[in-house]
Amino acid sequence: MSLSNVFDIAGSAMTAQTVRLNTTASNMANAESVSSSEDETYRARKPVFALKAVQPEQMPEDYRSLVPGQGVQVEEIVESEAPLRMAYEPNHPMADEQGYVYYPNVNVVEEMADMISASRSFQINADIMNTAKQMLQRTLTLGQ
Amino acid sequence: MAINFDSALGVHDDALALRGRRAEVLANNIANADTPNFKARDVDFAAVLAGQLDSYELPLEQTAVRHQDEFLSPDTAADLLFRTPHQPSVDGNTVELQEEMARYTENAIRYQASFQFLNSKFKGLTSAIKGE
Repeated sequence: MSLSNVFDIAGSAMTAQTVRLNTTASNMANAESVSSSEDETYRARKPVFALKAVQPEQMPEDYRSLVPGQGVQVEEIVESEAPLRMAYEPNHPMADEQGYVYYPNVNVVEEMADMISASRSFQINADIMNTAKQMLQRTLTLGQ
Repeated sequence: MAINFDSALGVHDDALALRGRRAEVLANNIANADTPNFKARDVDFAAVLAGQLDSYELPLEQTAVRHQDEFLSPDTAADLLFRTPHQPSVDGNTVELQEEMARYTENAIRYQASFQFLNSKFKGLTSAIKGE
């Protein structure tokens, strides 16, 4: 039944967007987590989305070409390669011998834009689910 | 005389099935709106429907039980097509969310239309059986 697959697809997208919101929240929370060495500093985390391919056993015989994928999945979460922010703050308790502290490479503006994009995508997929629900409910009244 | 459901219901049951399929394809497009390098797909509904209607005019010979003379063989009638984006994006994604939403909603409305047709076919059959 293809319409019930819509629930899986929209559900996978909502899960993926939730992961994205989670990384954004983590990045924002740690935006000012200073440290005294480059290795220990928090780096912005970003999820990588990928098409969730259909497993061969899930593929119905006669609709093979009509199944492009089954939603979206989070393939991995990568750490941003952007350079860390170094600040000369000799009075800071975390400062190293030269008086520098390291700030994470979190771009707060970018994170806010990401957050809005993720929450909008979440809403749209909730709408998709709702419409599919109405279509299914209507189908159940067939012949009444 | 047996009731032949295929001829009684006409094209509408197949249309309903295809609308359901298309809802899945479009939902998958929308789900992957943020996936890099994802290419949006769609069903060429007219081509599939044309394949369906042709078979009424020129039925295929059925030499085995599993042969089906009509429809939904989207494998041959129309493969899933790729969409041409109006504004290509940097990450290679060709989903245009507002268009996909419009198509998905339109598809849902047309699904309801097909449903109405199918429902009235069944109502007609029911009243014929009752003979009231």
